[in-house]
Amino acid sequence: MLRQAKTSSNKALLKSMAQRNAAAVFAALGDETRLRLIAVLCAGSAMSIAQLTAGTDITRQSVTQHLQVLANAGLVRDVKVGRERLWEFEPTHLEAARRSLEMIAQQWDHALMKLKLAVED
Amino acid sequence: MTSSTDRIEREILLKAPRSRVWRALSNAEEFGNWFGMDLKGKTFEAGKAVHARITYPGYEHLVCEMVIERIEPEKLLSWRWHPGAIDPAFDYSGETRTLVVFELEEVDSGTLVRLVETGFDDLPPARRLDAFRLNSGGWETQMKNIEKHVATG
Repeated sequence: MLRQAKTSSNKALLKSMAQRNAAAVFAALGDETRLRLIAVLCAGSAMSIAQLTAGTDITRQSVTQHLQVLANAGLVRDVKVGRERLWEFEPTHLEAARRSLEMIAQQWDHALMKLKLAVED
Repeated sequence: MTSSTDRIEREILLKAPRSRVWRALSNAEEFGNWFGMDLKGKTFEAGKAVHARITYPGYEHLVCEMVIERIEPEKLLSWRWHPGAIDPAFDYSGETRTLVVFELEEVDSGTLVRLVETGFDDLPPARRLDAFRLNSGGWETQMKNIEKHVATG
């Protein structure tokens, strides 16, 4: 698909991220287990350590450590629900989702302008 | 995710007859010409997938798949695809596609084109987030650079 604005937007984004806590984010993501945890938590609902370890051979202790690393990078946070401690994806990243949507919208604007040129001859 | 992140909507008034706009949309070859895809000799048929090589400079190595959903002559054209699928090495087939709908309406001064792309909330969250957009080589290189930078303090 045509996504011509992407490269430049990514560059701009990289810059702004690098200026923030990019190092922590990248270090946090540089691990297969943590990437998997993020993928699971991204699905939306907050989950307990037990839920996160179910069906895997990762220990509770190991998951807790990984979650702590992700939390320090601002990617996840823990919430208390009753007596249970749950982990959820950090919602500030919704902003990033909106930005990526804006990028795609800009690409549509570009495509529509080309359609305009094509039919208004 | 809230619904505000699920859709893109655009409207544009084209000073051209509806039949002309419809041809530019529904004739695959013509569509390819303005959109930047090689659709020579191909046709859009409801329910069928079309594969086209991107012709936009810098993206020629990519093949885009459009699954045509509905065709209502001079009124509506819709398809599904994988948005931003720009990594040839990544298998997007497991992901939900977004739905693109073009609708035409005749107005006094020409043709009103409405474009809606929906389904972004159903994309794997990891792909929605810029931080995880590993689908460009530049980003991966950049990531390694930053890692290296961090490692060397």
